[in-house]
Amino acid sequence: MSPEWAILNGLVEPLQYAFMQRSLAVAILVGIICSVVGSYLMVQRLALLGDAISHSVLPGLAIAFWLGVNIFVGAFIAGVMSTVLIAWIHRRSPIKEDAAMGIVFSAFFALGITLITTIQKDTKIDLNHFLFGNILGVTLGDVRDTAIIAALVLLTVALLYKELLFYSFDPLGAQASGLPVGLLNSGLMVLIALTVVASMKVVGVILVLSLLIAPGATAYLLVPRLHQVMCLGAAIGVCSSVSGLYLSYYFNLPSGPAIVLVVSAWFALAFLFSPRHGVLTNPGRGVSLWPRWLGWGR
Amino acid sequence: MTPSAKIIVDHLSVNYRDVQALRNISFTVQPGHLVGIFGPNGAGKSTLIQAMLGLMPLVTGRVLYGDEELAHQLAQVAYVPQRSQIDWTFPATVWDVVMMGRVKKTGWLNRFSTASRQLAQQALGRVGMLEFRDRPIGALSGGQQQRVFLARALAQEAEIFCFDEPFVGVDQKTEAVIFQIFRELAEAGKIVLVVNHDLGESITNFDHLILLNKELIAAGPRPWVLTRENMARAYGGHITFFGHVA
Repeated sequence: MSPEWAILNGLVEPLQYAFMQRSLAVAILVGIICSVVGSYLMVQRLALLGDAISHSVLPGLAIAFWLGVNIFVGAFIAGVMSTVLIAWIHRRSPIKEDAAMGIVFSAFFALGITLITTIQKDTKIDLNHFLFGNILGVTLGDVRDTAIIAALVLLTVALLYKELLFYSFDPLGAQASGLPVGLLNSGLMVLIALTVVASMKVVGVILVLSLLIAPGATAYLLVPRLHQVMCLGAAIGVCSSVSGLYLSYYFNLPSGPAIVLVVSAWFALAFLFSPRHGVLTNPGRGVSLWPRWLGWGR
Repeated sequence: MTPSAKIIVDHLSVNYRDVQALRNISFTVQPGHLVGIFGPNGAGKSTLIQAMLGLMPLVTGRVLYGDEELAHQLAQVAYVPQRSQIDWTFPATVWDVVMMGRVKKTGWLNRFSTASRQLAQQALGRVGMLEFRDRPIGALSGGQQQRVFLARALAQEAEIFCFDEPFVGVDQKTEAVIFQIFRELAEAGKIVLVVNHDLGESITNFDHLILLNKELIAAGPRPWVLTRENMARAYGGHITFFGHVA
């Protein structure tokens, strides 16, 4: 068997199993929506908010599981509640937004861990699967829910693209032109919460931030317009999540870390070699790699 | 709204984080004039514009355009914020930014029309930035960036134009281009409000001035406003005042 054939066989052969087909479908969908929605987080400097929402879904997930309701619904409600709570604390007190995020998401996360550890004793729920991802364990129901969320998210972004572009670039200008910026902002929060919920089983809540931010950030170093960042980011996201799936399958790794290592490698390549922004391809700026206090770069 | 309507600011007070930023401001702006809003740092110039457009809550007062609240007629408004409000590393090209001026008029779920594209094209031509349309905005000079924002405002086909410090970080050529277009807008019967702080020669470009320092010092034709007494009240007597420009 030639090496090319062996690699192809290694990729195709696992797909004879139904669980691998389900995992592949979810990996592709999650790779796309994380990158698209994450691009908004990146350009609005809201990366920490992505982290906050993802950690905050845990108690909702636990309560939904305990009640026997769809865990996606419970997780989504908790995620949205955390953003409302963060905005409320920020508005009604002198606490800054990043501090409010830190307080709320760690509280929600702690509550989630406590609840899951408690119900874990007499049910089959596994905390680790939600923290670090277990892509090989997705059910047909998960595939269906992920597909519905992906369709909803992508349709919304496509239909509101020009409004969201204006709002994320120049919120004051957008508001002054008569756009309902409060509504657009809430819509964006809902999209982020939906995306995080869809990604829980694939990357896990702790590492989902990476799949939200890194593909868009990688693409941002390579192309100049937001829709291009989203499309190229989606391609990078899909590559990474599918690679992660196979790494998980062959090496028995949790899927979250596997995916995150791949996507981080993509970012590192773009950071070093991007034609416009690369550290090695633009040596003039690369000097600053060495901290000034070490005496280099003078 | 009829194009000849005026803006009436009526007893406007605004708080900024529980501190009074503007106190009991009243004035009228007629179309056809180039109006400069002047005052020392922290006088509330930017706050005044934002409050007039309903971008921050009023404590008292109202702002009318014609017979209705201005804040309910934002489709008539083109606003360009201070350049420090903008993330210039945002992944957008000159064309993307100018087309933002057409978003509201295009409406939800609709695609940009050919007419909108032509308006954006013309606006870019008018500020001399057509050849830069595919450049990322981060690759432009400060003056070029400001001209792109002016083009966006022009593409909005507004009746009221509000600019917050449009001459900060801008080269002389751009300043001339911008003043020329402000002049043309005023002559076309538009309302043009410009927050500025430069008390040098360029102040002669404005027909009317609004002089602020938390409260209204004076509003009206430039020679009326630029008196020694008004300037001393606004700037606290520490200003070298160029009497000849009045």
